[in-house]
Amino acid sequence: MLLDWLLPTLLIAALALLAIGAIRRINLWRAGQPEAVKLIAGLMAMPRRYLVDLHHVVERDKVMSNTHVATAGGFVLSMLLIIPVYLFGLESRWLTIPLLIATAAMFTGAIFVYRRRRNPPARLSKGPWMRLPKNLLAFSGSFFLLTLLTSGLLPENFLGVWGGWVLTAILLVGIASGLSELLFGMGWGGPMKHAFAGALHLAFHRRPERFGGGRSTGLKPVNLDGALGVAEPKDFKWNQLLGFDACVQCGRCEAVCPAFAAGQPLNPKKLIQDMVVGLAGGTDANYAGSPYPGTEVGKAHGNPHQPIVDGLVNADTLWSCTTCRACVEECPMMIEHVDAIVDMRRHITLERGETPNKGAEVLDNLIATDNPGGYDPGSRMNWAADLDLPLMADKQEAEVLFWVSDGCFDMRSQRILRAFVSILKAANVDFAVLGNEECDSGDVARRLGDDATFQSLAKHNIATLSQYRFKRIVTTDPHAFHVINNEYGDFGGHYEVLHHSTFINELVEQGRIQLDRFKGGTVTYHDPCYLGRYNGEYESPRALLKALGIEVSEMERSGYRSRCCGGGGGAPITDIPGEHRIADMRVDDARQVDAETIAVACQQCTAMLEGVVEPRPEIRDLAELVADGLVVEAAEPGPAKTRPAVEEVH
Amino acid sequence: MWPDPNLKVATLVSVGQHPKSGRARRAEQDARAVELGLKMAGTRSRLVNVGAGDETGLRQYLGMGLPELMQVKAGTEADAVPALVEHLKTHPTDIVLTGIRAEQGEASGMVPYLLGEQLGWPVVSRIADIQKIEDGKADVLQALPRGQRRLLRVPLPFIATVDNAAPEARQYAYGPARRGQLAETNGTAIVDEARLEWQETPAKPRPKRLNVVKAKSAADRFKAATAKPQGQGGQVIRDGTDREKAEAIMELLISEGVVR
Ligand code: SF4
Ligand code: SF4
Repeated sequence: MLLDWLLPTLLIAALALLAIGAIRRINLWRAGQPEAVKLIAGLMAMPRRYLVDLHHVVERDKVMSNTHVATAGGFVLSMLLIIPVYLFGLESRWLTIPLLIATAAMFTGAIFVYRRRRNPPARLSKGPWMRLPKNLLAFSGSFFLLTLLTSGLLPENFLGVWGGWVLTAILLVGIASGLSELLFGMGWGGPMKHAFAGALHLAFHRRPERFGGGRSTGLKPVNLDGALGVAEPKDFKWNQLLGFDACVQCGRCEAVCPAFAAGQPLNPKKLIQDMVVGLAGGTDANYAGSPYPGTEVGKAHGNPHQPIVDGLVNADTLWSCTTCRACVEECPMMIEHVDAIVDMRRHITLERGETPNKGAEVLDNLIATDNPGGYDPGSRMNWAADLDLPLMADKQEAEVLFWVSDGCFDMRSQRILRAFVSILKAANVDFAVLGNEECDSGDVARRLGDDATFQSLAKHNIATLSQYRFKRIVTTDPHAFHVINNEYGDFGGHYEVLHHSTFINELVEQGRIQLDRFKGGTVTYHDPCYLGRYNGEYESPRALLKALGIEVSEMERSGYRSRCCGGGGGAPITDIPGEHRIADMRVDDARQVDAETIAVACQQCTAMLEGVVEPRPEIRDLAELVADGLVVEAAEPGPAKTRPAVEEVH
Repeated sequence: MWPDPNLKVATLVSVGQHPKSGRARRAEQDARAVELGLKMAGTRSRLVNVGAGDETGLRQYLGMGLPELMQVKAGTEADAVPALVEHLKTHPTDIVLTGIRAEQGEASGMVPYLLGEQLGWPVVSRIADIQKIEDGKADVLQALPRGQRRLLRVPLPFIATVDNAAPEARQYAYGPARRGQLAETNGTAIVDEARLEWQETPAKPRPKRLNVVKAKSAADRFKAATAKPQGQGGQVIRDGTDREKAEAIMELLISEGVVR
């Protein structure tokens, strides 16, 4: 019959087109910069990364995860069986029955995809993605029927001659449209591209440490003698380009992005799609998802050799990001948005000198005074003039090096620092500070794209630290914590670094401090991005609050899904306008759980949230809450002092 | 009309000093002068420095996007003026821009005047902008106290010092700063004998004379803060010979105790 020769032809054609498209696509990625990957090991690890790590993320949406398993698993299995059965004409029940099962599974999955697509949430892209479920149904349905008919499982002449022709025609249409979407489209940039690019992205991910439950959040070291940042799409590493191509436009990143919610001109999904436009060349006219707030879709154009800023993406988009990593945490394809954004910022700052708003001033201050405010570097210890803090320079050795951070110049942060000192003293911790020898950690400079200043600060600090002996570094600033813990290593600084919440919790567990019960009202806890998502510390702050007798009323977005306060990544410095302020939205989250106090663990969060107009919940750092609850051992009771009372005579 | 491809602008730059940390940097006023030069002649405007200035500081000027900085080597003890005169005589220049005074060292603010004297060029002090150039004359906007401006028409070539009222200098970037060339030439090195004998001590903040304003309303206070000081015993001498004018100034200086 007709299908006997037409079907293999169609299959060969589709497979050939897939191969050509795939090679073309691979060449597009190869326009990027070289980056060494483990080729074989990566490919071998890929199935596990898909089944375990990726599904760990996808599983946050249970229905979608099952849908995907059925559809994708069904598709892969059916393709593996279709080739021997219909291309090489092998006839065996051992092939046809599994094929029936596989296509049936895929069909079931496709029905769920279809149902979701009937009323898609705003975060999903429309356009070509709307036809995908139909083609999934066509592909699985046609091959199921065809296999059923040719498998000999049905009686001879089941349909009669005419019925046979009609069915053949229908099947042909179904097979043709299914094959063109699933094979042709996979190689040529259709929605199914995600399967091909996604699989390879898992194999050659730039941060393989993320798989198997690991974490990798520090920015990659930059060679300052080489190219500075990404100017054109071809300046990305090849596997970053590959990563962009893996995007399924699910919009999960968009849904969690604080800048997007605030109406600032950033949408991480659109940004990744613009990078795809850049790597493949063309315009964003076919993009069918939410735009950058306030920016029209269809005007952007680019190609691998055209500067990204000017044409493809507005600089404001890049500067809106708070580097909160919510998008990265949520992305099922493990795409690294923050790396890409900082790469592009680096070019703007280091090559163009166009860091917006206060950016230039802050960087200039960091270069000239080692602190972002431009204060006299000799006045770092003024905040502690009355505290008599031991200096490393005098002691040379201490158990704990207390990293004070630039909070020392800010009056609000000083209250947190002083609270922490009182805890250290109450627990008799052997500690010391660097005093005027300390410099800014380099966090802000690096997030603003100035890796030159970051490196000079980091190297300076590492050299200072190397002069002294200490067991661990403790800091109240999650940004300094992250940078020293995760980014100084590339420059030779390896330390045990603790955030003060972890450290204080340890003191409580060891019984070195006693705490009274907290007597305020409802308390909620705001996870700082640089403590939680960047460093995985969600437990200690909560344990500490529990030790204070507080039962935390969790906000809807907490833990790894915590919403940023708006203070990271230099966002308050570049200050890109939006419709709302991120900090206001965060305080609204707290109001929803009727919190009277928001416990925070970061001076930047404190500053941002306290900047929200009253009435609002009170903002207290963990150190302050603990310091208030310290039970100080009663000193030797001296003789009771009695004073002559003053009487009122009339 | 800007940048003007035929205009030859040279900006004299010195190494500055951060007021808080004392670190070498681009000097603020000089950087504003460079910014003005960039506006007028684009990246073709020249940067000139005399001495053995600190490289980090000088490179910050290159970081503003200029390809080259000419460093006239004359040694730390040399007087900058003869070296600059020689440089300006051998390199055709229409406009020389510089800050009002250096941020370290002598910082007398005399260099532009001495140059003007030796080259015979007019000197315009404290400018905020140069608006246009026509028929060999430039429309120069001079900054006066309290935000006032005066438009001057100055024949080329001339020397101008740039006031803090001029547009702020752009950010300097690491990439161009690293790539920019520090071109060295040897200049006339005449040792500044007088200066060798000086002693340097850190400056003490000068006490400020308080201006007591007896204002009753906000409007009065605003006026007091912005209005041109009226009279106050001053005197504008328009007529008379130069000698008479000079004598009037001398008299004032003696009465104020500046000259004894
Ligand atoms: S970047 Fe990731 S989370 Fe965002 S739309 Fe693409 S696949 Fe989804
Ligand atoms: S890091 Fe945060 S602010 Fe930046 S794009 Fe991702 S979600 Fe948005």
